[in-house]
Amino acid sequence: MENFDFGVFAYQAIFYLFAILIVVSAAMVVFVRSIIYSAFSLLFTLFGISAMYVYLSADFVAVTQIVVYVGGILILLLFGVMLTNKITQERLLTDVFNLVPSLLIMLAILGSLLYTFLFRAKWHTGEQRTTTVVEPIGYEVITNYVLPFEIVSILLFVALIGAAYIARSDSKVSASK
Amino acid sequence: MPEIGLNHFLVLSAILFSLGLFGIMTRRNAVVVLMGVELILNAANLNLVAFSKFNGTMSGVMFSMFGIILAAAEAAVALAIVLNIYARFKTVDIGEIDTMRE
Repeated sequence: MENFDFGVFAYQAIFYLFAILIVVSAAMVVFVRSIIYSAFSLLFTLFGISAMYVYLSADFVAVTQIVVYVGGILILLLFGVMLTNKITQERLLTDVFNLVPSLLIMLAILGSLLYTFLFRAKWHTGEQRTTTVVEPIGYEVITNYVLPFEIVSILLFVALIGAAYIARSDSKVSASK
Repeated sequence: MPEIGLNHFLVLSAILFSLGLFGIMTRRNAVVVLMGVELILNAANLNLVAFSKFNGTMSGVMFSMFGIILAAAEAAVALAIVLNIYARFKTVDIGEIDTMRE
């Protein structure tokens, strides 16, 4: 190699490292039978995707990904695993069904998606965004996206109330006590 | 090695999408099915942010932010439903829950 640039090499090597991490841990989420292993593999997948957001120069989205997914949704899923299994049973395993048809459907969809993305679609890429994304998000939220922003806050409020109402124990039983 | 472009991220998100779909189709535990849904949502978000980067506009980033918010709401409500199902049927095996009432 003539003009070998170590910076570019490291940039690409780290990208492929994270890509392999994402693919392997996502495969473990869906192929490993232990539920706890699935949940902890999901942790690595979410962190890897956060690194991908950094590569796409969307730093704010990366931090949001870590805060919301790793700090919120993953903990929620682990609570779900713990609360919906009898802890006395030693191994938390999930049964598998439809293995062969699902594998065929997965490979067909993957193949068609890759064919469409790589060979059929002709993406017109414009000028790449290279700056940080925090300040533009602030502008967009209070100008173009102010209505979706408010609606989403109402939706979160409704989801909070609804989830608390659904998940509590039977109201009649607790009222009669 | 070629320069990291749009196709790298598209391939990654296609793999994530199909793996999440596989998890939804094969797992019997409802919580693991939810993990598959999270994988699919992440694949969609990755696509949106990638297009936003290579398009130069902010639409994709804003859509992915709203997607993350909706994913949080979805996970909360779905887990509440799963907990309620467990309280009624004593199992979260989606192959066994086939009645609308007890």
